[in-house]
Amino acid sequence: MSENVGIVIVSHSADVARGTAQMVEQMVGREVPLGWCGGDPGGGLGTSVEAIMAAIERAWSEKGVAILVDLGGAETNSEMAIEMLPESRRDRIVVCNAPVVEGAVMAATEAASGATLEAVRRTAEELTPV
Amino acid sequence: MNKLRASVLMRHEVGLHARPSVKLTKLAKAFQSRIDLGLSPDGPWIDAKSIVKVMATKAPKDSTIYFRAEGGDAKAALDALVTLVDEDFPDGP
Repeated sequence: MSENVGIVIVSHSADVARGTAQMVEQMVGREVPLGWCGGDPGGGLGTSVEAIMAAIERAWSEKGVAILVDLGGAETNSEMAIEMLPESRRDRIVVCNAPVVEGAVMAATEAASGATLEAVRRTAEELTPV
Repeated sequence: MNKLRASVLMRHEVGLHARPSVKLTKLAKAFQSRIDLGLSPDGPWIDAKSIVKVMATKAPKDSTIYFRAEGGDAKAALDALVTLVDEDFPDGP
């Protein structure tokens, strides 16, 4: 079990999600549990609740998981995915209001220090203009 | 408690951009002390443990980075940070 908060990246594009995950791994390292998903099964753009649930499972940490999303459906589907998870996990997952690429790198940098889920979310959201 | 101070010339080709910022912040977070970073000996100071603020400094190549630290491991923190910058942000373990 990791001592660090996990990071999940949800994009409409598999390429964006994969590329963002690569940036996190290469810039921050592998000490942060990481899950990502993007695109629909046919290879087009989209997001799916099932894929997001699987990504949360891969990134799961007892300290919680911070999700970074791109647009519209990525956020609503992430919220649906959270609702479908066991109640014991729901309150340890947050969707960050932050740009997906920058937010993922910032959140992972914070998470790598062993920070709490709330601190990870705050760091990602520092990027967002009020 | 007195603040310890240190400074180091940064020669990294692109300056304090994404990857160097992440490395510096991660290292700073490994210490308990409060650590500030500035681009002049008089500040303004930012929290060296804040990735968002460190990256936002956008310090260019050949900037001198100033640190000040306060806490039980302040000396070790400054030594480690100066070494990181001086050695041009080598890849960690």
